[in-house]
Amino acid sequence: MTRIRAQVAVVKFPGSNCDLDAVSALRKFRNVKADLVWHEEPSISRYDAIVLPGGFSFGDYLRAGAIAARSPALERIARSAEQGLPVLGICNGFQILIEGGLLPGSLLRNTSLRFVCRWVTIRVENDSTMFTRKMKRGQVLRLPIAHNEGRFYTSEDELRRMSDAGQVLFRYCDEKGRSTASSNPTGTTSNITGVCNRAGNVAGLMPHPERATEPILSPSGSSDGSLLFKSMLECI
Amino acid sequence: MFMQRPKVFTVKVVVSNREGASDPEGQTIFRDLVSKSGFKQVIGIRSGKFLGVSVEAPDSTSAKQIVMRMCDELRIYNPAAHSVTVEV
Repeated sequence: MTRIRAQVAVVKFPGSNCDLDAVSALRKFRNVKADLVWHEEPSISRYDAIVLPGGFSFGDYLRAGAIAARSPALERIARSAEQGLPVLGICNGFQILIEGGLLPGSLLRNTSLRFVCRWVTIRVENDSTMFTRKMKRGQVLRLPIAHNEGRFYTSEDELRRMSDAGQVLFRYCDEKGRSTASSNPTGTTSNITGVCNRAGNVAGLMPHPERATEPILSPSGSSDGSLLFKSMLECI
Repeated sequence: MFMQRPKVFTVKVVVSNREGASDPEGQTIFRDLVSKSGFKQVIGIRSGKFLGVSVEAPDSTSAKQIVMRMCDELRIYNPAAHSVTVEV
């Protein structure tokens, strides 16, 4: 019998729609039990890691993620995070973690005021976190984005503090890994599209790693998203 | 003779769903955020869209009139579904 090494909760809010993709991406790994968990379930606290998937939550009224961030689920998730458990937010999950104060910065509407849905290239900025340890600093990953409110914004002071603390995980870049204005699809501060907390166990990113775990689903044959899940699962 | 320079007024426009029309955004904010968080005195929320309109006009009454005309002519709100309030 195979021993289950890691149990991961993928938390479903009303409006989540990338939840099954995340479950599927996690179940590709051996010895991993990935469960879809309704946000009202108290069992969220019993898992080894928590993934907040993409999509929407509570209609994204007020601001994307703002209502989910005040739900009992996030209180439970914050307690797990305080104990050092890995918590990963993808797209709307990232928005929820920022609105809930578990991650720094803000996610504002894209500069174009349009929903941007396309494959992008991002550069790994810190390869020593539990979400990036299977990557190399400077490595360029291909992942898709699909969102309207993903313009990461932070003040210059906060940006300096985050950079010094290694909290910037990913930046939009061109094919060669250069962060330019034209490779920043939504107008984020300093091309940032993925960050972590100070302790390094809570991370969020706007691109969708769960949609880039099988070459057949990517125009470039990318399965770069697997690196993120692999990094996280190996830390459990 | 001096030409009096027009003053600038900030006219506040709030577009919301008409009374009686359902307002899922306001209902969700009320039901899933506010009423679950202990603010029992709050008994309802209506959502809307706010526009701060800067207008050059000789006085506040004509500033308001200009904006009201703008809202009607440019269909800033949908009279079938929305109500609009204009305040200087």
